[in-house]
Amino acid sequence: MKPKVAFYWCASCGGCEEAVLDLGEDVLPVLEAVEIVFWPVALDWKREDVEALPDGSLAAAFINGAIRTSEQEEMVRLLRRKAQLVFAVGACAQLGGIPGLANLFDREEILEQVYVRVPSVVNPEGIKPSCRWSDGGRQLELPEFWEGVRTLAQVVEVDYALPGCPPTPALLADAVQRLLNGTLPERGSVLAPDHALCQDCPRQASKPDSLVVREFKRPHQAWIDPERCMLAQGFLCLGPATRSGCGARCIHGNMPCTGCFGPTGRVRDFGAKALSGLASIVASQDEKELENIFRGIPDPAGTFYRYSLPSLIGSRKAQS
Amino acid sequence: MSERGQKLPSDVRVGVYVCHCGVNIAAVVDVRQVAQLARGLPGVVVARDYNYMCSDPGQELIRQDIRDYALNRIVVASCSPHLHEETFRHAAAAGGLNPYLVHMVNIREHVSWVHPDRERATEKACELVRAAVRRVVWHEPLEQARVSIHPDVLVVGGGIAGIHAALTLANAGKRVYLVERQPSIGGHMAMFDKTFPTLDCAACILTPKMSAVQAHPNITLWTLAEVTRVEGYVGNYEVEITRWPRYVREDLCSGCLKCIEACVYKDARFPDEFNLGLSKRKPIYLPFPQAVPQVPVIDPATCIQFKSGKCKKTCVEACGERGAIDLQAVPKVERVRVGSVILATGFQTFDPRRMPEYGYGIYPNVYTSLEVERLVNASGPTGGEIVLRDGRRPQSVGIIHCVGSRDRRHNPWCSRVCCMYSLKLAHLIRERTGAEVFNFYIDMRTPGKGFEEFYQRLLEEGVHFIRGRVAGVSDWALDPSEEGKLVLRVEDTLLGIVRRIPVDMVVLAVGLEPRSDAEELRRLFRVSCSAEGFFLERHPKLAPVSTFAEGVFVAGCCQGPKDIPDTVAQAGAAAAEALALIDRGSIEQEPNTAYVLADHCSACRTCVSLCPYSAISIVGGDGRPHAEINPALCKGCGTCVAACPSGSIRQHLFEDEQIVAEIEGILAGVAGG
Repeated sequence: MKPKVAFYWCASCGGCEEAVLDLGEDVLPVLEAVEIVFWPVALDWKREDVEALPDGSLAAAFINGAIRTSEQEEMVRLLRRKAQLVFAVGACAQLGGIPGLANLFDREEILEQVYVRVPSVVNPEGIKPSCRWSDGGRQLELPEFWEGVRTLAQVVEVDYALPGCPPTPALLADAVQRLLNGTLPERGSVLAPDHALCQDCPRQASKPDSLVVREFKRPHQAWIDPERCMLAQGFLCLGPATRSGCGARCIHGNMPCTGCFGPTGRVRDFGAKALSGLASIVASQDEKELENIFRGIPDPAGTFYRYSLPSLIGSRKAQS
Repeated sequence: MSERGQKLPSDVRVGVYVCHCGVNIAAVVDVRQVAQLARGLPGVVVARDYNYMCSDPGQELIRQDIRDYALNRIVVASCSPHLHEETFRHAAAAGGLNPYLVHMVNIREHVSWVHPDRERATEKACELVRAAVRRVVWHEPLEQARVSIHPDVLVVGGGIAGIHAALTLANAGKRVYLVERQPSIGGHMAMFDKTFPTLDCAACILTPKMSAVQAHPNITLWTLAEVTRVEGYVGNYEVEITRWPRYVREDLCSGCLKCIEACVYKDARFPDEFNLGLSKRKPIYLPFPQAVPQVPVIDPATCIQFKSGKCKKTCVEACGERGAIDLQAVPKVERVRVGSVILATGFQTFDPRRMPEYGYGIYPNVYTSLEVERLVNASGPTGGEIVLRDGRRPQSVGIIHCVGSRDRRHNPWCSRVCCMYSLKLAHLIRERTGAEVFNFYIDMRTPGKGFEEFYQRLLEEGVHFIRGRVAGVSDWALDPSEEGKLVLRVEDTLLGIVRRIPVDMVVLAVGLEPRSDAEELRRLFRVSCSAEGFFLERHPKLAPVSTFAEGVFVAGCCQGPKDIPDTVAQAGAAAAEALALIDRGSIEQEPNTAYVLADHCSACRTCVSLCPYSAISIVGGDGRPHAEINPALCKGCGTCVAACPSGSIRQHLFEDEQIVAEIEGILAGVAGG
């Protein structure tokens, strides 16, 4: 009998699902080897079908996306019960990801902004989504929108994490392969190398020994020399702080690293560590000048915590 | 992933010792309760409180318990680790335990001395002890590294401090490099006529020492030289010294001074720096008659040859076959290796232009005390005659004390020497001119040997003392007796009235302050400065000539204002410290160094330029490059550890596990267990 696996998405953009498709024809041997019993984005299985499975009967559940709603929480708890192994797939599941930046605001602010304040919204009565609504005698029920965004591991026990926004097809294929031939590492591991991107960067040799930054430029503001270290050119590149394993895809595309692979295994707070490292190489002692230099980073929270805000305990503006 | 709860290693046996420090701790902290709490903590085998843990019986307690209870971790809750960390590490080592398995909790400076409330202070002490127990569990045995000490010494500054230190070391058989920025050694002391309170002739006691420096086979003297680069660490400093050209070769010059006579300038025309501009010199000159080395120097800013290239070069002619004058000379860089350094760079005097109310630079007859030192000096611009700028002898002189000192607008400190040198100048002026001398003082400070007696003598000599800070000096006469005089306005706080005192000459007793470029030197040698800018000693009482840079010592006024006897004593102490270091041959280094996890380092280079000790380099260039830290250079400051973006630099005694365990220990109380 082929091992059964499930795929599920929570608060995410769908890019991780695309990554599965990006396997291209390599997906075929995977489909040969496993039986997919649940994949809402592709197959018409329902929640009841999962509930009907015996506990622990799935070899693995691959879950992407962060946890924002009651439905997501219920589903991942269910999958956790049914699966022997849970994989957090992608930055949102692992660290909270882009949806996690919503933790900079509380629930009410978000609903007010999206359903009332946005200029293109016409909502004179100020109606906001609620869990129960009755219309003409029909009862409508919506999942609860929780106070904050959580990582998958903050809701259920997670066995492995596949970092990235999205994880590369190669990482995904490797994870499935290891699952099939029983060569997965110690539980709790992140399935990617445990060093920073600089080591695998094609521009490593162009790095000056004494790395200093005098200004921060954003990619649209200047021409980027495709041969030289981004930081040495003044482009904010998070390669020094970010776990490797992506194959330096952004760098190959002449864009700086934004940190989607998250921290290495030795770092607890990605943003703090990245910021501390970066601030250390800014070549100025003058308060005013420093202020000017850091104006080159107009959105520090969105820059340094772009993918990892919910992974910080206590990061939510209003604790649920 | 983010949830990495720290597991407790299973085989730890902790001993906890809570010190009473007599009543220092026990009066505020319930030490028994702290020991009681410690007894209940995981891993703790024995917990005691004791009157003085640092005493022999206290240390014996630790040694005995290590044997009796097979302890492998020790926590001592007492005073600051600055005071007794060594003590307890030694005690543990004597009991057969690696000394780095000891951790101290400061419940004196951090608790009993700062908190009045017994209950809450006890609670804080308990939390700190709980944190320390959790932390010490993660301690690992560490070994000290040994580095050898190069026996040569660099002395920076050729004033009396540098001279005395250099001679002491050289006489002990050590090789010394003495570096002086000016064309001659001697410093400020060479400018003085007499020294207080004995009125010894400064030159008579200084110049033999200057000559001794020149003649000493163990001393290499470089004048017109500055330290421009320092690398290395205690025992092995590599120092680069730039020697600016004198344009007269020391090895060829015989000191005949014919070149000066022969200069195309028949008259001296340029302000003489040594006489503070009170006399003139030629472009080629000897700084002062007893200068060491006794070799003229050419000032390229005033020499015609350097300015236009069209001089007849009569000096070269006069030197003749000797050929000592070398107008093509260029700066020369010397590199030396030394094991220790003595900084003796002295002071600068307060610039009284910063207090325009005293009229310095406005009224010609307002002088600084240093200028008057030159005026009373027999080899000074007037041959020791005290005369005003127009040649008149002053009939009355006012000496204003504390100029720039003890003044919140300028320097808040007391410069320590001004009262005494003002008394000395008052005596000399009265002796040489018979003038009436007024001293305007805030407080008379005469606490040295023979100082008070000297003050008494001055009182008997009929010098006037007026207690009050002078408000201002002006030439604005209110009545005919003030006509043509400088009038000092002062509140005489003993009489309780405001007085106007007309005098012919005003002397400003300017204070001592750090040299304006002390900060550059501080950075070069990585020493610290106090808030006022003087070099900071490691401990004000117990390590007064050591600095926070190991192997670098301080002597003289660069550490703080002091008189000549204190300076010489300090220079001797600095030399003794250097000698002690050299004769040990090698020293142990604290193992609290940072280290790179080479397998994890991505060679991002964030750390390289950050290291204040230049200890980090990138190695393995061809294969897999990564950062490497030279443990002999690392001082354990932790800068690179905090900066490493991938968490690949760690630090002994400050491992993440240790710090996190400590934080968890503190917060355990807040979270209710």
